[in-house]
Amino acid sequence: MAAKLRQIAFYGKGGIGKSTTSQNTLAALAEMGQKILIVGCDPKADSTRLILHSKAQDTVLSLAAEAGSVEDLELEDVMKIGYRDIRCVESGGPEPGVGCAGRGVITSINFLEENGAYDGADYVSYDVLGDVVCGGFAMPIRENKAQEIYIVMSGEMMAMYAANNISKGVLKYANSGGVRLGGLICNERQTDKELELAEALAGKLGTKLIHFVPRDNIVQHAELRRMTVLEYAPDSKQAQEYRTLAQKIHANAGNGSIPTPITMDELEDMLMEFGIMQKEDTSVIGKAAGM
Amino acid sequence: MSLTAEESKARNRELIEEVLKVYPEKTAKRRAKHLGTFEEGKPDCGVKSNIKSIPGVMTIRGCAYAGSKGVVWGPIKDMIHISHGPVGCGQYSWASRRNYYIGTTGVDTFGTMQFTSDFQEKDIVFGGDKKLEKIMDEIQALFPLNHGITVQSECPIGLIGDDIEAVSKKKSKEFGGKTIVPVRCEGFRGVSQSLGHHIANDTIRDHVFDKSEGKHPEFQGTPYDIAIIGDYNIGGDAWSSRILLEDMGLRVIAQWSGDGSIAELENTPKAKLNVLHCYRSMNYISRHMEEKYGIPWVEYNFFGPSKIEASLREIANHFDDKIKEGAERVIAKYRLMVDAVKAKYQPRLSGKKVMLYVGGLRPRHVIGAYEDLGMEVVGTGYEFGHNDDYQRTTHDIKDSTLIYDDVNGYEFEKLVDAIQPDLVGSGIKEKYVFQKMGVPFRQMHSWDYSGPYHGYDGFAIFARDMDMAINNPVWGLTKTPWK
Repeated sequence: MAAKLRQIAFYGKGGIGKSTTSQNTLAALAEMGQKILIVGCDPKADSTRLILHSKAQDTVLSLAAEAGSVEDLELEDVMKIGYRDIRCVESGGPEPGVGCAGRGVITSINFLEENGAYDGADYVSYDVLGDVVCGGFAMPIRENKAQEIYIVMSGEMMAMYAANNISKGVLKYANSGGVRLGGLICNERQTDKELELAEALAGKLGTKLIHFVPRDNIVQHAELRRMTVLEYAPDSKQAQEYRTLAQKIHANAGNGSIPTPITMDELEDMLMEFGIMQKEDTSVIGKAAGM
Repeated sequence: MSLTAEESKARNRELIEEVLKVYPEKTAKRRAKHLGTFEEGKPDCGVKSNIKSIPGVMTIRGCAYAGSKGVVWGPIKDMIHISHGPVGCGQYSWASRRNYYIGTTGVDTFGTMQFTSDFQEKDIVFGGDKKLEKIMDEIQALFPLNHGITVQSECPIGLIGDDIEAVSKKKSKEFGGKTIVPVRCEGFRGVSQSLGHHIANDTIRDHVFDKSEGKHPEFQGTPYDIAIIGDYNIGGDAWSSRILLEDMGLRVIAQWSGDGSIAELENTPKAKLNVLHCYRSMNYISRHMEEKYGIPWVEYNFFGPSKIEASLREIANHFDDKIKEGAERVIAKYRLMVDAVKAKYQPRLSGKKVMLYVGGLRPRHVIGAYEDLGMEVVGTGYEFGHNDDYQRTTHDIKDSTLIYDDVNGYEFEKLVDAIQPDLVGSGIKEKYVFQKMGVPFRQMHSWDYSGPYHGYDGFAIFARDMDMAINNPVWGLTKTPWK
């Protein structure tokens, strides 16, 4: 019998590199022989682009809208196979400014579960849009969905702020369901004392820094070709970084923690401690440069 | 058993204390503000009102959608009112208010039909604006004699950010300037149906009045033009009211909104006086017409001969002697009939005690009709009245009347059980509870499928119905089988 299904999810501030990090990591897991299913939970439907070499056109919700409802869909209609047999599904959603994308995520995940999309997989990975703006985007962390959440962050203040907020969401559902915080993944932005800050934040949140992914331009080169680094340059140093991250995640089963989110003041104190932020000088707040 | 006012007050105090006992402390504290006893001479009934209901209780209230679609807009007979959202809101409120109208349903009038956009999952996810456009196109094709469309928003519309205003504007243009009114009456807004009335009133101001200039050039005004505001023609109420007003020499140019039409709404700013029956649901538009068009408005009460007489005279006071004489003529004309009704029913109903719990007008307005039959209202309360309603109520109730605002299922049952009135007048949800307790009951929202109750003709029916409920021999036949 196959090992127990691992359900994981990647969250983080918009633009932090969630999709890139998750696809490279999952490609490395596939290399290790794991059977992977990626569920993209972003209306932009670009969570599987590097695995499929193209943007998924047939999203669950667009097909459901054409057919009438999700009940009219078959799993084969929405499931695409990509690099190393990674199965990919995009939830999709409305164009910006209309409808309710959050409800769309709920609809899609229910459809996938009911239709046995997870059968035979070792990993299901949810890639969720930047901010948990409403209940719909919290769907992957509710009961019986993702057991481990990985937060992609960097040394930037807003990325850490987002990480802390996502921890609050995880904490909420940790008590009602079984979700745990798997750890932080720092996607290097080359800010001051980035590694130390990431480790300190992990400590405050009651979790650990799973891996520090260094910045490397090869990621951009691969992306321009709609490929993961694992596929584009399997022998590169960066590919090795993602393999390391994949192994750490693979070894992290059951080691997640219930996060201990901190207040905004505590977060700012931490930044001050590292000299990133100066002690609050009320005379400068709201003042433009040169005044 | 007849209690003095002081005894009643003491009894009420004890009873309220008893009722509140089962609640958690915080709930008891909050509910205590809504239960009380009227003290003669006070400016209001001593209760708080128009405050959100407490979660967990069985409130009897409705929602903003009910206030707009069910009350204000729904009866406008030549427009099509789309219940916009999932199917239930429209389906379960379908034709339940008994707003009678004249017309050929499905051809030039649509009152008893139900139009819904029947939202599905995909409409929530992708938005319902395109579907709404399609529905309007279909309406236009299938019912070409419709004189306008309203969009009655159900809850999801406000949650998913649909732009019903843009759709309405676009389609209005396409349909040659047809009146299409987007109404933001999502059910979660406000604490009861009351906000829905206000929202609906405001949409008439914005989408009917402001766009009706120059329409109906054929309209020829007279000095005696009035509009009936806030009569929903339940069981024909507006009809038995209108004949009295016409009989005294006035010309009714509009009925709001029972048996009403969009043309009547558009012409109302030409009225010389607005006569307002349901203050709660249409005082907003009456005030607006006073400010903008200088039309005075007067509240009236057509329940029972005493109030009818006073109202006819009050309305006549806004006109010349011809109308004043007309009012006296009408009063005299019906006096024989009124006397006959009283002579027949007073001996059967005199001294009977009534407890009421209705919406926003009848908890005070029907008291006079009961008193005309020798009956006594010992308790009353509003689902969605505001403080100005409770102030107005003081003119109609006696010292020591029990008052219960936004009463819930449990409280009402307890109060009635303790007081044991001869009749309870409330709604369908309450009816069977009290009948099973052996207490006679009449529905005072729908007139229990009877009516009209307005006007002199209505009073005769009202008296018969109350007698039928109270003196029904069935109450003597009920036995407790296990005793």
